[in-house]
Amino acid sequence: MSASPTFASLVPEFDALRRRFPPGFESSLVLPCLRRLQEAWGHVEDSDIAALAEYLAVPRVQIEEALSFYGQLRREPVGRWHVEVCRNVSCSLRGAETLLERLSSKLGLAPGDTSADGRFTLSTCECLGSCGTAPVVLVNGVYHENASAPEIERMIEGLERA
Amino acid sequence: MTKLIMTFPVTETSHTLASYRSRGGYATLERVVREMRPEDVTREVTAAGVQGRGGAAFPAGRKWSVIKLNDGQPHYLCANADEGEPGTFKDRWILENAPHLLLESMLIAAYALQVRHAFVYMRGEFDLPYRRLASAIDEATAAGLMGERILGSAFDCDVLIYRGAGSYVCGEASALLTSIEGKRGYPRNRPPRLTVRGLYQRPTVVNNVETLSNITGIVRDGAAAFRAVGTADSPGTRLVSVSGHVNRPGVHEIDLGYAFERLLDDCGGVLDGRALKAVIPGGISSKVLTGDEIMPLALDHESLAAAGSSLGSGGMIVIAEGTCMVRLLQVMLRFYHHESCGQCTPCREGMGWLHRIIDRIVAGEGRPEDIDRLYRISAANDGTTICGLGDAAGYATSGILNKFRPEFEYWIEHKRSRFDGNLVCRASS
Ligand SMILES: Cc1cc2nc3c(=O)[nH]c(=O)nc-3n(C[C@H](O)[C@H](O)[C@H](O)COP(=O)(O)O)c2cc1C
Ligand code: FES
Repeated sequence: MSASPTFASLVPEFDALRRRFPPGFESSLVLPCLRRLQEAWGHVEDSDIAALAEYLAVPRVQIEEALSFYGQLRREPVGRWHVEVCRNVSCSLRGAETLLERLSSKLGLAPGDTSADGRFTLSTCECLGSCGTAPVVLVNGVYHENASAPEIERMIEGLERA
Repeated sequence: MTKLIMTFPVTETSHTLASYRSRGGYATLERVVREMRPEDVTREVTAAGVQGRGGAAFPAGRKWSVIKLNDGQPHYLCANADEGEPGTFKDRWILENAPHLLLESMLIAAYALQVRHAFVYMRGEFDLPYRRLASAIDEATAAGLMGERILGSAFDCDVLIYRGAGSYVCGEASALLTSIEGKRGYPRNRPPRLTVRGLYQRPTVVNNVETLSNITGIVRDGAAAFRAVGTADSPGTRLVSVSGHVNRPGVHEIDLGYAFERLLDDCGGVLDGRALKAVIPGGISSKVLTGDEIMPLALDHESLAAAGSSLGSGGMIVIAEGTCMVRLLQVMLRFYHHESCGQCTPCREGMGWLHRIIDRIVAGEGRPEDIDRLYRISAANDGTTICGLGDAAGYATSGILNKFRPEFEYWIEHKRSRFDGNLVCRASS
């Protein structure tokens, strides 16, 4: 397997990152490179794992372990719109459970599922450090604070048309 | 009330270098690199008695004093901006609104600890805090405040942001370092202490963002001025992030020793004028207090410890009358189970057991002996695990059971919640 065009196009950025870190910190670049690959491609491809291992001269297994450990990293695609509802304590106290139920029926998806057309994924997530503006919903990583069900439903309708 | 961190009105531009400089920013760094020796800085920080604001309240000066100067090896400094403890959103205020205060403080700390490369470990989801800090680093570098020969001195230092990727345990100081090494965020056994062998086995200081942000003021105004605020045993201020059933959630800077009752007033009181049922004072890993217990308390480390809890991470969660504490504990235990890294058997298994038992109770299939089981498993982590995650789950569990046991007994006996399983603040339940 050879590296994807995405990987190849990011190598100049990876080189720049490498220069910013102290010498001997190649292993530290695993996370930032994986984050960047996922940002560019939506998930991390198997072929890019091998390419990154070779590029950083770290064991491939270290990259696979990181991918399985960190909740934000994924090896499989998610929908074009990834809706994540925080369900930790402060958000639950401000209505996250009802919000999740409403989004679930609006999208026709159980938490964790992706729609058949690949447009939406609905997930739950843990405390986002935004408890003062609970409940909080992430849409493709962007915080929507003080989220109300009607407002998020309207946004989803907009995305459905997009 | 004294303000040491939230000292200015937040505007569209108050986070910028120009604005920070107009408030006297970087004058302290300049004095430090021109006039002070590294050990003078550490002496001042030790004399100030500033305690860690990340959860454990360990004195920062004592941690710093372990670092041996001129020992011929690199030292590292890491600001803990993981802000993972549920209920906590205070470091975010600093990252978004006062990024240069953190940077100036980190540079002063780096000077004291002879650090060439410092890191800010930031939780992966943070977006605006990341962009604000990244642009502050660019501004500072362009202005010669960071990088090589800072302000014309012989001091070189760069601050790099390292972004996490969704893991609560990475907020634990040793896991944080393992994560910066690009590996799974597994906590490490101590000894050796991180100040002896930390990042890549080199002496490393890990401090919370808020702890570090106090350093500039301490060095500028002196330890005595810092000690003049707060109480004798808890000097200074704390950023408290208040959430849950209050009218105006948000971040407040309080003098340590501030009355809880006044803080609740500052937040507009309990939602819908409800009675106060309980408060989790310092992130979900601190023990819950009933409304009656916390109402007369002063918010400082001594008073909270005497009441059997702690100020922890400053993440205060207010809970109104009518809330179901069984469901609340269920939310917490699902979280701890999800976040256990799996290294230590008592935590890996224990979190699963706690989670399954609480799910069983909520499903109406609880048994009377389940309460004692929850207690037993909660205590089993004590001292047997590498990090404090399992203990934290145990404190949360035994804390809620101690105060609200009848709600658990009721659910087990009647197969339903005494409060309709309610978590939100509703008019009728
Ligand atoms: C499971 C776990 C999670 C933690 N999460 C954080 C965190 O998100 N932020 C933080 O500052 N400290 C966190 N801590 C505490 C750190 O281990 C450490 O005590 C702290 O960063 C030291 O800084 P301080 O002395 O300035 O408080 C956590 C501890 C544990 C056991
Ligand atoms: S509980 Fe949802 S952001 Fe903290």
